[in-house]
Amino acid sequence: MTLPAPLPLDGGGELSRVEIAYETYGALDKDRSNAILLCHALTGDQYVASPHPITGKPGWWERTVGPGKPIDTDRFYVICPNVIGSCMGSTGPASEASDGQPYAMRFPVITIRDMVRAHVGLLDALEIATLHAVVGGSMGGMQALSLAANWPERADRVLVIASTSRHSAQNIGFHELGRQAVMADPRWNQGDYYGGEAPDSGLAVARMAAHITYLSEEALTEKFGRNLQDREAKTFGFDADFQVESYLRYQGSGFTQRFDANSYLYITRAMDYFDLAEEHGGKLANAFAGTRARFCLVSFDSDWLYPTAESRHVVHALNAAGAAVSFVELSAPHGHDSFLLDVPALDRVIGGFLG
Amino acid sequence: MTLLHTPATTFGLRPDLAVIAKRVKPSSKVLDIGCGNGELMEVLQTHMWCDVRGIEIDGDCVERCVSQGLSVVQGDADRDLADYPDKGFDYAILSQTLQTAARPDRMLDELLRVGTRAFVSFPNFAHWRTRAALLFGGRMPVTRAIPVSWYATENIHHVTVKDFRDLAKEKGARIEREWFFAGERQLGRAGANGRAEFAVFELSR
Repeated sequence: MTLPAPLPLDGGGELSRVEIAYETYGALDKDRSNAILLCHALTGDQYVASPHPITGKPGWWERTVGPGKPIDTDRFYVICPNVIGSCMGSTGPASEASDGQPYAMRFPVITIRDMVRAHVGLLDALEIATLHAVVGGSMGGMQALSLAANWPERADRVLVIASTSRHSAQNIGFHELGRQAVMADPRWNQGDYYGGEAPDSGLAVARMAAHITYLSEEALTEKFGRNLQDREAKTFGFDADFQVESYLRYQGSGFTQRFDANSYLYITRAMDYFDLAEEHGGKLANAFAGTRARFCLVSFDSDWLYPTAESRHVVHALNAAGAAVSFVELSAPHGHDSFLLDVPALDRVIGGFLG
Repeated sequence: MTLLHTPATTFGLRPDLAVIAKRVKPSSKVLDIGCGNGELMEVLQTHMWCDVRGIEIDGDCVERCVSQGLSVVQGDADRDLADYPDKGFDYAILSQTLQTAARPDRMLDELLRVGTRAFVSFPNFAHWRTRAALLFGGRMPVTRAIPVSWYATENIHHVTVKDFRDLAKEKGARIEREWFFAGERQLGRAGANGRAEFAVFELSR
């Protein structure tokens, strides 16, 4: 779907001919009141409950979204848009600019709020005035919070899982590591690599580093320990001797098959710029003043990327604003990625909150 | 003992919660501090059309509440009440939690700050059984109302009916109503400090 009007951007200027790729599941009811906007994470996409067109793997939240599942598509109309800046169909750095060439680094730096502004454009086009809920984990949670703060009349319920209202120095640091890995790859060529070889080595390293932050130390130890990969002894070389090395290399190279390096730069930048309080006079409670939506925040005890304290920070602001808020820290061993994995308590909380 | 009536079956709630549920005006805004599994919240939301929020420290309890569609925040009331605005609620409820607070006096202040009215219920340490256990047994009482041994109990500030009345006075709180119970039976006010296992106070300031 092409947005009918140019999209104003937080960094100034606007983006014209914005394309939004999205998937829907379930049916919209007559009074258009059963829609759920599902926001994906950094490297996610719109294929939440259908096979990925490149990898052929099942949708990234198939365990949660579908008929009879916690986000029940027999009852709800689920819309999952690809964020702008990404590479799965929505306008991003790999898209054609007006001169017919890919934007590459001419693509404007965007923010989380810009992504959400595009989502709102999509909702307008779909003639959905008020969502039953906006739901997101990780960067998806940032979008949900941004929608609640900037378009408060658009969602009755806001479900934010393993997320934060601002990127910490540590979060920015890890993202900068990833970006520098991409840019240090000579094939990156100042972002101008479309039509030639992509900076896959750099992007793979970025993904490897990021992947470590998505898992808990306990999960890594449990899964790999110090086990060796298909060998009896250390080789005294720099092959992937350890299973964990082999796993990360596999994750890194697999990622380059489905993701654009420039998109990775732009989306991580948007996340680093995210600070919901800063957008609202420095006080997070102001972001939610007068909201009538119900909120639910969920954190995981093993998530060190967006730890429980970050969710509590949002909950405190919501309480100060007098908002109806639920919050629970769930116990799960997998780290940040727990929100994508088998955590039955999360299913119950999601189902209960969505009603 | 005067047997007034047995309210235990009101909405299937525990007696102290049942009297609170009966006193709360319909469609009020209520904060339930230490809401447990949300029994009282559920009744107030479903039968009294109240806007109810809860605070609970136990994660499993919070999960059960949220799964039922209740608005409950996992947190520590000793610390988190400070985030709530002044008089944001018509009622602030503290059931069977005062005696576990780090500073019950400050907790009472916070209750009366965030709520126009407050309900406080607690086990009465001056109940005759407790007195007898200490007087004749010479050991920290373990009774029906105080079932956990001294080393494992969460009740770190035992309190009596008389103590609570003194505290309320000191804090400039007016006692609007009070209820006393022995088990499920409601008692009269006479000699309550010795006869009541549990007390419920409704306060304002």
